[in-house]
Amino acid sequence: MNFTPEIAAIRFGYGLSPHHAPPESVAAMVATLAAPDAMAQAWPIGSIDELYPEFQYLSDLKKAERNGDPDAKQKYRDWRAKDRARHAEMLRATVARALDAPDPLRERLTRFWADHFTVRGKGVSRLSVQRFVQDAIRPNLSVPFAEMLKAAVTHPLMMIYLDQDKSIGPGSAVAARNAEKGRRRGLNENLAREVLELHTLGVGGAYTQQDVRQLAELLAGMTLDLRKGVRFEPKRGEPGAEDVLGESYGGQKPQLSDIHAALEDIATHPDTAAHIARKLAVHFVSDTPPPALVEALRARFAETGGDLGAVTAAMLEHPEAWGPLAKTKQPYDFLTSGYRALGVSGAQLARLNLSKTRKALLRPMTLMGQPWETPNGPDGWPEDTAHWLTPQGLAVRINWAMTAGRSKEIELPDPRELVRTALGSQAGPRLEFAAQAAESRAEGVALILASPAFQRR
Amino acid sequence: MSKLLMTRRRFLATTGCSVAAAPAMTPMAFASAPWDTRLVVLILRGGMDGLDVVRPIGDPAFAEARPTLAAGDGLPLDGFYTLHPALAPLHPLWEAGELGFAHAVSTPYRDKRSHFDGQDLLEAGTGFDVTTGATRDGWLNRMLQHVPGLEADTAYAIGREDLLMLAGAAPVANWTPGTRLDLSPQARRLFEMIYEEHPVYQAAVLEALDLTEDIAAAEAAAGAEEDDGAMAAMMAEASGNGAHMEMAEFAVERLRGDTRIAAFSLGGWDTHGKQATSLPKALRQLSDVINVMRVGLGPLWGKTGVLAMTEFGRTVRENGSHGTDHGTGGLMLTAGGALRGGKVYGRWPGLDEAALYDRRDLMPTEDVRAYAARAMEGLFGISGNVLSGKVFPGLDFSQAPRIVL
Repeated sequence: MNFTPEIAAIRFGYGLSPHHAPPESVAAMVATLAAPDAMAQAWPIGSIDELYPEFQYLSDLKKAERNGDPDAKQKYRDWRAKDRARHAEMLRATVARALDAPDPLRERLTRFWADHFTVRGKGVSRLSVQRFVQDAIRPNLSVPFAEMLKAAVTHPLMMIYLDQDKSIGPGSAVAARNAEKGRRRGLNENLAREVLELHTLGVGGAYTQQDVRQLAELLAGMTLDLRKGVRFEPKRGEPGAEDVLGESYGGQKPQLSDIHAALEDIATHPDTAAHIARKLAVHFVSDTPPPALVEALRARFAETGGDLGAVTAAMLEHPEAWGPLAKTKQPYDFLTSGYRALGVSGAQLARLNLSKTRKALLRPMTLMGQPWETPNGPDGWPEDTAHWLTPQGLAVRINWAMTAGRSKEIELPDPRELVRTALGSQAGPRLEFAAQAAESRAEGVALILASPAFQRR
Repeated sequence: MSKLLMTRRRFLATTGCSVAAAPAMTPMAFASAPWDTRLVVLILRGGMDGLDVVRPIGDPAFAEARPTLAAGDGLPLDGFYTLHPALAPLHPLWEAGELGFAHAVSTPYRDKRSHFDGQDLLEAGTGFDVTTGATRDGWLNRMLQHVPGLEADTAYAIGREDLLMLAGAAPVANWTPGTRLDLSPQARRLFEMIYEEHPVYQAAVLEALDLTEDIAAAEAAAGAEEDDGAMAAMMAEASGNGAHMEMAEFAVERLRGDTRIAAFSLGGWDTHGKQATSLPKALRQLSDVINVMRVGLGPLWGKTGVLAMTEFGRTVRENGSHGTDHGTGGLMLTAGGALRGGKVYGRWPGLDEAALYDRRDLMPTEDVRAYAARAMEGLFGISGNVLSGKVFPGLDFSQAPRIVL
């Protein structure tokens, strides 16, 4: 099994496009990742840091409302409307990057790792998930995994999502003060548990409840003031050293560098290497990936201290990564690759307002069972075909395909051409026949986009 | 394969039988659930104010806590409680012993009063010891995992949202009423042709075509039978946007067939202000849903139990905007001919301030999961060990009343 341009575009990107040639070689794909991030420049998404003044503003508004400011409620509503508009803009930017990138490998990797480090929005930062992705995930696709882990775990959105902002060391000064006042607030293990279970070693990894507890105590001083960002408060931290996976961290005075040291060690643990290797192979290649491929990724992870650029390259270089298409696209991939195949550009997408963004992106994803940014839990979206290939999901995909090409914004391609530009040799003679046998252009387009061939990646 | 729908069509597709042979296969060829009773679980999202729905007018503190909401026009229940007038369409069921309640119940969820966490815990069916994020399946699915040989369509999650309650390793079916596949005959022929080469995809698309046809046929037949006529009339009179009725009607159609469990959720219960106008809307939808089931299920209603549960109750005192805020102890509603209704279950804790939870909420005196456990025990014969050990880990429901006839 060898590199083929079509498989490269479909398996490691968002499919074929009438505007972009598929990747030429593995070396070209690897070079794409080393090049400057042109798509992020063309379609910017801001950092969470930009919002701290706004959170301060909201907090001031709340005070003003309590003090009887009659306009405060309206101002809050105005802010929410602005936030919703920005949220839709970030979604459009995300998809625009996938449509405009000549080789969207970076976009696919970004989605993969964003799912690995799933966060769901809560409270005033609810619509800021893509800022987390931009801050913590995107710049770290080709660096040691420890860097991404630290960036994700210490990001405000992750801390809010997994309750780290509420965690207090049971032996800390703050806990003692709370006890005097009769308040019972203390340690929250949520973030520590997910770091070990989901983000690094994996659920079968060599950690115990004691490791979870100790890591939670180590993390305890790390907290959040949404108006200022992440802070380390030694008074909330647990005094004394903590033992995590057999290593001791910290001393009498809790500090952030001890947390970083622990995360660096956990990031290169052998079980982490195995967990990440398998996840990558499952996501990109097969629900039941070839063991040799998984082993190659694990070995490269271990040899390079978890260098994600090297691990990605190992996947692309492995012959087992080039077998026949075996996965089913998740709704986001399906929609995005559908628009890419239809030749829709980022600029066309950028012209959509909030309500048209709902119609073109948010609503179809919801109907297909993958509402944007709202997976059930921190384990992210399911990978297996069985989850996505439900009768109702398929019915929605077919219905979407029946209408996608009929939008005013999109010039309907000739199905006989689309079957080649969208699928190349993957189409097969039956689909080629069906595309020209349809009663109308729109139906021909629908047959192609809703075909099993197009739904595979 | 275990998580895939294994229905007649799927079976044919994966075994290579031609669809033309389908009429020779009857549903009897497959094992279905080893019981004939039906369970419907409704999640009332938003925190229903149980104190307004089933009003404890016999408690001297009630009227004082609810200066505007306790207006005395409730329907008689047992002397101590009255029923919110918006549930008047269900009052005959109370008299027939087919409508009941459990008051002052809750999940183990307490202090944060967040809808999101509260609903997750309600659907997960776990206690404090399991963190919300760690829960990956729901109690209805864990129950199904202990019944061997079930088919996916034994249990239906209805609606687009993911119902955690039914999520997990046991196969279940999901369908959103209103999902249509309106294909021209030519398009349909071509779709069948291009799917034929891909058996797994083909099975799913045939299933979809099958279901949409079934649903269309059921709709066409509505009115042909007397009870369907009554159902159609109720559908026409339904309040709100009708999505709740579509789900109820869909549930009825499935439950008349091989389906034994149906679950969906109803929103609109978060009544922070002007509760006297906002709550009746939600209550009318709930009563629409239950009455459509009663009429639509006909004789099967006698084998059916409906449980309507919410994530938490609301504050005892009404707030400054004639509404109520997030609280703790709440109310569960039961309906169906298989359940022992005509009764308000639960140990009433009283509404004196000292008796309240946190001096603000109705004190929960029983675990709402205990009633769900009794329903599954009584309807499906699930053993107490499985219920306490696996379905609701660590739950002791030995003191809970037996609500199944």
